[in-house]
Amino acid sequence: MLRISVFAFLLCLTRFAQAELSIEITGAGEHQTPVSVIRFAGEDETQRISEVVSKDLARTGLFKLIDPAGRAPKDARSVKYAEWNGVEALLIGSVTQQAGDKLVVTFQLVDTVRRSELLKLTVSSNKQQSRAIAHHIADRVYERLTGTPGVFSTRIAYVNRHEGNYRLVVADSDGFGEQALLSSKEPIMSPAWSPDGTRIAYVSFEQGRAMVFVQTLSTRERVLMAAFPGSNSAPAWSPDGSQLALVLTRDNSSQLYLVGVDGSDLRRITFSDTIDTEPTFSPDGKSLLFTSDRGGSPQIYSMSIDGGRATRLTFESGNSFSPRYSPDGKNVVYSLYSGGTFSIVVHDLESKQVQYLTSNARDKKPSFAPNGKLVLFATESSGRGILATVSSDGRVKQKMVAQSGDIREPVWGPFIKAMN
Amino acid sequence: MNKLILGMITVSLLAACSSPAQKETTSTAPAAPQASTAADTSATPTSAADSNVAATSNMAADPAAADAAAAKAKADADAKAAELALLDKRTVYFDTDIDVFHDADKEIIMAHGKNLGKVFLLKARVAGYADERGSSEYNLALGQRRAQNTKKALVAAGAKEGQISTVSYGEEKAVATGHDESAWAQNRRAEISYDIAK
Repeated sequence: MLRISVFAFLLCLTRFAQAELSIEITGAGEHQTPVSVIRFAGEDETQRISEVVSKDLARTGLFKLIDPAGRAPKDARSVKYAEWNGVEALLIGSVTQQAGDKLVVTFQLVDTVRRSELLKLTVSSNKQQSRAIAHHIADRVYERLTGTPGVFSTRIAYVNRHEGNYRLVVADSDGFGEQALLSSKEPIMSPAWSPDGTRIAYVSFEQGRAMVFVQTLSTRERVLMAAFPGSNSAPAWSPDGSQLALVLTRDNSSQLYLVGVDGSDLRRITFSDTIDTEPTFSPDGKSLLFTSDRGGSPQIYSMSIDGGRATRLTFESGNSFSPRYSPDGKNVVYSLYSGGTFSIVVHDLESKQVQYLTSNARDKKPSFAPNGKLVLFATESSGRGILATVSSDGRVKQKMVAQSGDIREPVWGPFIKAMN
Repeated sequence: MNKLILGMITVSLLAACSSPAQKETTSTAPAAPQASTAADTSATPTSAADSNVAATSNMAADPAAADAAAAKAKADADAKAAELALLDKRTVYFDTDIDVFHDADKEIIMAHGKNLGKVFLLKARVAGYADERGSSEYNLALGQRRAQNTKKALVAAGAKEGQISTVSYGEEKAVATGHDESAWAQNRRAEISYDIAK
């Protein structure tokens, strides 16, 4: 009997470790570029690099992936262009395995309309990083075809809540390659990436109440940033990485504070009797957006980091939460609770126009991809919290369903240094 | 392990605190029937005339006093029982996006405030919670306000400021998982828990 339960436990662990995700995409871009990805020569079943590249490209909704249907040119020179009517770009590649677990991947992107080579590169890494190689290739292809840097190599962070266990997780932008930074029986909230992507600030209740920690990804080392009486929460990094905005209740109501990342020079910057929370810096670092109920209901306000008067940004009917700037600073995305549902909404700061990107009823905590083309958010499917993305024009939607637990509080990380 | 021990100490301390009150209740409850038995005996007819007079006067004064004593004892017992019943309740509830608990829960806070005021050794923690409608951070802030306002009411009812700590869990640790008003209403709450003095 005991043996059976031990076996069941091991089985659970294995399933958990695999953390397979199912990804469902709906909608399509206004114009989809037809592309074809040939299966890379020399790749084995465990390193389906070309498949990962295909899926990355498909998820953007900007490309229509055409089945090569047996056509398999080995390089740009052997492409029979007449065969590729209706396809605008072709990705061809080959994988060689070298001693010491090294993978070398060479790929070419061919313009089948102009009959020219758009890109030719060699990427290498160790065998365990085959997905990272694939994401890097997808980034280069995406950038060459759209003119915008790809975000496939970037990472996301979120909290997975499963049967009273909380895990702070970092994963690839497609949800694969999960790594837990922290596991706790007490809640974890509000992960925030440092601008260089090397550290994550977050809120953990492990010491009995909300405190802010900063953890370095590579070493797993962490420091306790804020443990004042009451709640310490909502960390946000300044764009230069030198300061954190925080919310403390040490002076009664939740108020915004700034502090040096080394813990120096703590200062309060809002002075209301109401709730001020969820600060986020503008890309130029000069101002903050935050959520406040100073006007009677939770709305988004903006304020200079030097303090002073706050300006109300949102006037939609309903309550507004969790603002984030687009990387170019021109738009603000937030979660709007109205008529019993949470939607992701984008606010154009210049035209002041508001566009609904989603309406799944429980869409919360949006954040832009670092290229500004996608928005990551938390939603629910079959009663479970899951990750989802929507293109910044609202056209293409994607849901990522993990095997276990409720996924919450996602946040998209910054661009990281390219490999090679 | 430490937590477990602490938990056991807390439980035994609470038991120690509440047991005197319970003893009073159990001793006053039998007191009422005793009083009425005495009145009954005095009311039984006796042969002696003078004692009859005394008995009459006894009958005139004693049953009334006994009834009053019985009524008072019963009222005291009821009040004690009611207070204990209130102290058993440790959760107060809130309206949507409101940080002041329901009027109906006021007597629960009064009872706990008085209780804390009587036993300075007691320490309490007030934890504030919110329903899921809001961001996690906004709900954390709202839960904090709920906890703080509940603490203020406890202090107003007799507790000392330093006896009570506050914490907020926001929308975490929900007691009801549904996505409807009945679930939300159960989750908009503040919970009082007792801890030993440090």
